[in-house]
Amino acid sequence: MKSAVVLFPGINRERDMMKALEAGTGVAPVSIWHTETELPDVDLIVIPGGFSYGDYLRCGAIAGRSPVMAEIIRAAKRGVKVLGVCNGFQILVETELLPGALMRNAHLKFVCREVRLRVENTDTFFTSSMRKGDTVSCPVAHGDGNYFASDEKLKQLEDEGRVVFRYVESTNPNGAVNDIAGVVNRQGNVVGLMPHPENMIEALHGRSDCWPLFEGLAAA
Amino acid sequence: MSIPNDIEITDELVAEHGLKPDEYERILDLIGRTPTLTELGIFSAMWNEHCSYKSSKKWLRTLPTTGDRVILGPGENAGVIDIGDGQAAIFKMESHNHPSFIEPYQGAATGVGGILRDVFTMGARPIAAMNALRFGSPDHPKTRHLVSGVVAGIGGYGNSFGVPTVGGEVNFHPRYNGNILVNAFALGLADADKIFLSEAKGVGLPVVYLGAKTGRDGIHGASMASQEFADDSEEKRPTVQVGDPFTEKCLLEACLELMASGAVIAIQDMGAAGLTCSAVEMGAKGSLGIDLDLDQVPCREDAMSAYEMMLSESQERMLMVLNPELEQEAEAIFTKWGLDFAIVGKTTDTLRFRIFFQGDKVADLPIKELGDEAPEYDRPWVAPPEPPALTHADVPPPNDIADALLTLIGSPDLCSRRWIWEQYDHLIQSNTAQIPGGDAAVLRVEGAPHKGLAVCADVTPRYVEADPFEGGKQAVAEVWRNLTCVGAEPVAITDNLNFGNPERPEIMGTLVRAIQGIGEACGALNFPVVSGNVSLYNETNGEAILPTPAIAGVGLLPDLSKMATLAFKQAEDAIMLISAAEPAGHLGQSLYLREILGREEGPPPPVDLDGERKTGDFVRGLITDGKVSAVHDISDGGLAVCLAEMAMASGLGAAISLELAQSPDHAALFGEDQGVYIVTSTAALSDEILEAARNEDLFACRIGTTGGTELTFGTGVSISVESLKERHQHWLPAYMAGKLAI
Repeated sequence: MKSAVVLFPGINRERDMMKALEAGTGVAPVSIWHTETELPDVDLIVIPGGFSYGDYLRCGAIAGRSPVMAEIIRAAKRGVKVLGVCNGFQILVETELLPGALMRNAHLKFVCREVRLRVENTDTFFTSSMRKGDTVSCPVAHGDGNYFASDEKLKQLEDEGRVVFRYVESTNPNGAVNDIAGVVNRQGNVVGLMPHPENMIEALHGRSDCWPLFEGLAAA
Repeated sequence: MSIPNDIEITDELVAEHGLKPDEYERILDLIGRTPTLTELGIFSAMWNEHCSYKSSKKWLRTLPTTGDRVILGPGENAGVIDIGDGQAAIFKMESHNHPSFIEPYQGAATGVGGILRDVFTMGARPIAAMNALRFGSPDHPKTRHLVSGVVAGIGGYGNSFGVPTVGGEVNFHPRYNGNILVNAFALGLADADKIFLSEAKGVGLPVVYLGAKTGRDGIHGASMASQEFADDSEEKRPTVQVGDPFTEKCLLEACLELMASGAVIAIQDMGAAGLTCSAVEMGAKGSLGIDLDLDQVPCREDAMSAYEMMLSESQERMLMVLNPELEQEAEAIFTKWGLDFAIVGKTTDTLRFRIFFQGDKVADLPIKELGDEAPEYDRPWVAPPEPPALTHADVPPPNDIADALLTLIGSPDLCSRRWIWEQYDHLIQSNTAQIPGGDAAVLRVEGAPHKGLAVCADVTPRYVEADPFEGGKQAVAEVWRNLTCVGAEPVAITDNLNFGNPERPEIMGTLVRAIQGIGEACGALNFPVVSGNVSLYNETNGEAILPTPAIAGVGLLPDLSKMATLAFKQAEDAIMLISAAEPAGHLGQSLYLREILGREEGPPPPVDLDGERKTGDFVRGLITDGKVSAVHDISDGGLAVCLAEMAMASGLGAAISLELAQSPDHAALFGEDQGVYIVTSTAALSDEILEAARNEDLFACRIGTTGGTELTFGTGVSISVESLKERHQHWLPAYMAGKLAI
């Protein structure tokens, strides 16, 4: 599995993600600078967490309209796998590769803490090594992770089983509707989530609950 | 509107610049003529207390600053220590007190930004941040607003920049009602042979302005930080800078790329007094002159005057001396990151600081004298009187020990800080091995996967107030002890000395005695000071803060797998107390006295530095040998609080039987004796540990056993760990939500 990590100014969890991808796939990911308009030949494109463009307009809004994203949208339509974590999820929502919106946390504060996630969908490239219903611990670190979608869209998401991760055990940290932490597109190749699985993959992190997600990428 | 440069320099104007008449005389002597307005501004910026250390310098010189692992001590942007494997740790703590009181979000945010820049201007990637915060009484009408703004500001900047904020401390006391303290710490990692300095080298080389544009924010910020507040402090809001963490993150990446390219000869961030201080520092250190052409300075606002440009404290800016052969490569890096890159001057052999603007020379000053000839004062001081002793008989026991412990654990100074540190990203970079809530935070060191760095910040201001010498010692010893508790070898400290008006002999006396105490402890513990900052004039309408010499320390863990934490690990472990001598149950200045009896009296607990070192070295040995399962030290709230913290962190209870001979129950439980460790081990190992301690002439005894869901003392006192947790977690979120009747 060859992967690439997209770098916008202000992205700051790219190093965490690159370490996790390298450990999981056995191959160091390449990086894509935001001004590039030609994508490398890779199987997976990851948009990591951070504060692209300072989150100054609206989280992910400026990055979502940058030249490289037009290419990534085209690649995604071709079936290239795309993963967005935290700010990356916000950017994917801005491009409408993923449905819904990520609003300010309900308590209006940034929150960095461990939550419990249930894996709801194991048909994606990122969760294929998990079993449906598995629960894992995973940290979040965001100010705008309050997932929202219209009733109609929400029903569609739920009916089609496109919620990938859900906060469980009363650990929803941001007020997200239906406790949604991560979703997948209808085509099944674009996944976005607010939590940071790359920060829970080894003993040093306290637990390695999210290691299977990265380990599974090698086979995906 | 532009300020003309040819306006008359009156006595009032001199006074408004914070310069005393004799200081102005000194300027006239130095330059032999009346200064221009721009020059007066430059002197004011360089000679204020914040930049010149004129009241504290004499005493700071007495601090131990060298050691086996010290690569660079005070004098540069931050201190540098050798952590082996060709790696260096670079760190400093700095105050942003005055601006944070006036505008808490931006004041705290730019405090974080400034300290991060101090670290990466030396070539280090920041890997951890901490903050030491002091607020006024919880019932003061401004306190909640200030806590909320400061915490959001620290998080807003650090989270976006991408540094884990892993520790710190918070106190509340009415003496901070008019002046809060925001001390920000940053730690960075660099290769030991790739440290960048501010000393300019080479004549005729380009001086380059990097980063964000210059605006009118922060003009006179450093001067404000050198004055007391009166009722008009709100009017100083325009002197507070505005932070842009996004630009700072880009600046970090651009600077590190630039440094790797070989283009940087010298580099200095623009902090207090902005362009003035950075240019003078680079020139004076390198014994070179600097010519600046202000027409080239990237400005964010129209029609800025020379005076404004020289005194602006706009954030996220750097000044460097460039290797001219690499100008194009250097500029390309900054263009890529969307940052300004402008050649604004050159180095000269004139030893003059000359500033040109719109065809005029607006300043021409001797560069070395601007720094070196700053006034230095040996201010009169009086040692504060020693507080009268307090005997056990003076301190009644509580009606109910369980209630007293619950009250303490739920009090503003001891309750959980989770509400704060959950607003800080403490996990980014994937290297946080010990998160906030323990004795020290621990970070894995990239490039050496088994190695860790431990960091913590401490001072007990009420001890320093009662006896500044012992209080200064205690602050250093507690940092040393907390690093030891996680298994780290303490290496060096940075000090952030926050005091009132040094022109008052009793305040100056407190500062002098505290520095002497810090120096004594640093010497005895081989724990040198490698960087620091002094913040004076923390007074409002004549009332000073509690003297607060905050100390932050860095320790080295050669093997992360040996790291200790404070949580009990399993039932049936033996709980042992180890110290140099049997604890006396010292209740003077204890939180028991203050929170339960409403009294702030007596001397602080004395620190026996030889005993401290012997005990700490012994406990660290136990950790390294893998013999102990949990380690914690006695500090605020005494033994009972120490044990409660170990229980709450694990969910496991403990049965404690106290057979300490010297003190009555409440003194043994709540006394804040120094240099005392509580450790746990398997029952099988405990006899061996106790014997080894006694062979070292230490006091060691078993005080209990872990297990169950209750913390019990003897037969009469039992508290469930759940109820401790509930009380511990309750106060801060409830207070911040406005749900407490205070």
